[in-house]
Amino acid sequence: MKNSDSNNLKWRHQKAEMFRYFCIGVTGFAVAILAILIYQVSVLGMPWLDAQFINSFPSRFPEKAGIKSALVGTLWLVSLTAAIAIPVGVLAAVYLEEYAKPTRVTEFININIANLAGVPSIVYGILGLAIFVRFLGLERSVLSGAMTMSLLILPVIIIAAKEAIRAVPSSLRQAAYAVGATRWQVIRAHVLPSALPGILTGVILALSRAIGETAPLIMIGALTYVAFVPEGPMDEFTALPIQIFNWTSRPQAEFHELASAGIVVLLLVLLMMNALAVYIRYRGSRK
Amino acid sequence: MTDNNPTILDIEDVCISYGGELAVRNVSLPIYEKKITAIIGPSGCGKSTLLRSLNRMNDFIHGCEQSGKISFQDTDLYASTTDPVEVRLRIGMVFQRPNPFPKSIYRNIAWGPSINGFGGIMDERVEKALRQAALWDEVKDRLQDSALNLSGGQQQRLCIARALAMEPEIILMDEPCSALDPVSTARIEDLLFELREKYTIVIVTHNMQQAARVSQYTAFLENGVLIEYGDTEDVFTRPENKRTEEYVTGRFG
Repeated sequence: MKNSDSNNLKWRHQKAEMFRYFCIGVTGFAVAILAILIYQVSVLGMPWLDAQFINSFPSRFPEKAGIKSALVGTLWLVSLTAAIAIPVGVLAAVYLEEYAKPTRVTEFININIANLAGVPSIVYGILGLAIFVRFLGLERSVLSGAMTMSLLILPVIIIAAKEAIRAVPSSLRQAAYAVGATRWQVIRAHVLPSALPGILTGVILALSRAIGETAPLIMIGALTYVAFVPEGPMDEFTALPIQIFNWTSRPQAEFHELASAGIVVLLLVLLMMNALAVYIRYRGSRK
Repeated sequence: MTDNNPTILDIEDVCISYGGELAVRNVSLPIYEKKITAIIGPSGCGKSTLLRSLNRMNDFIHGCEQSGKISFQDTDLYASTTDPVEVRLRIGMVFQRPNPFPKSIYRNIAWGPSINGFGGIMDERVEKALRQAALWDEVKDRLQDSALNLSGGQQQRLCIARALAMEPEIILMDEPCSALDPVSTARIEDLLFELREKYTIVIVTHNMQQAARVSQYTAFLENGVLIEYGDTEDVFTRPENKRTEEYVTGRFG
């Protein structure tokens, strides 16, 4: 090899190495920040995390205060939101990817969905207040909250599901059509199972966002001081982010530590949701 | 040639275009029952397009337009009253790249019949299809394994078995061996020899030796136009058209 060629090659290798270290550095930085956050929250909050904390309602006295109403409220909210948003979102994505013809109307819909994903959550709160709470008369119920949250995360689910469906190779569809299957049979038996991992990832991301949203819930009237748990979708409620926020805005230091404990609980709920998704993906890929 | 051979598929004056560009021009040819018909020609001459139109797979390509008539046992394949799903039940297809479902070997074969209301004993249907595709002995002990664990040649035989399991009247094959090694190719050609006289097969192939070995009738297409069609032996040894002669002797393509 000529001298200039080997010098050029050495420089290219060096550049590649530098880029690799840069990527490692940036990733490490992000992980480090996350680790510091989790550490700080845990150090403050763990001492307060016990059965009494989980099982009590909020109180003026930090020793007696608990997260029960907020935790149950959040679980209700997430379950109902998932029950509404997942079928609607996935089926909308199926329609847009498999059935809709590439016309201007379809394109218009697609662009708007992408835009809606970027709308601030409080706008969804105002929308939920007007339509669900007032117009449909659902008042300040868990159902209102869930429907508002569903609207909020629907664009995210639709976009993720569309990507996952589009990634299914057309050769698979063709093979299924070639044995005399109808479009829905092809979608149900081949496209959706193949797209499931991607759809689940999108769903988890969307629900994770929903679980932490406070503004829209305040708009539709989720209460801040709640000493009961919702027993049905029409009951009033509170949620973890609201309770955490409420505690951080109190002057006493103990309440800040309680807020940290609340954050740990919130993170644990998130972790369990992720674990569930991983489990479903594993089961799905084994058949 | 045409006297004693019933025609199962009649292609009449068919033109197919993609977004305005003609890929198949005024092709007319009868496909004879229980014979193997090969369609040969240089790349891009419209063979695959023509093949796909025979079981309405072109329906999935946006911007694909077609004129002319294709009759399957006196039914117009493209009539508005014809159900494309039913067409594909009776006319099966094997693709260029093996495309088994990412499921078990058993499920690959069983899925087609099961969604079409098959009421018999599925195990028997699966075994019969795998035997016909000369794959049974290799997989009979691992039917629940993923089809994706099979080799390329085995996957393609699985796809052939999948098509056979539907008991179609015609099987279309789009260059089924082009993604396979010579040994697998030879096995599939042997398979085609065994399927002769039992099934009507239309096979598109780049491989002229394959067409000569396996088929009874050969159609030569160039630039979307049918240049010649006749007994395979005639087309290869006594071609009527000069272009045909040049192609089969390897002077171009």
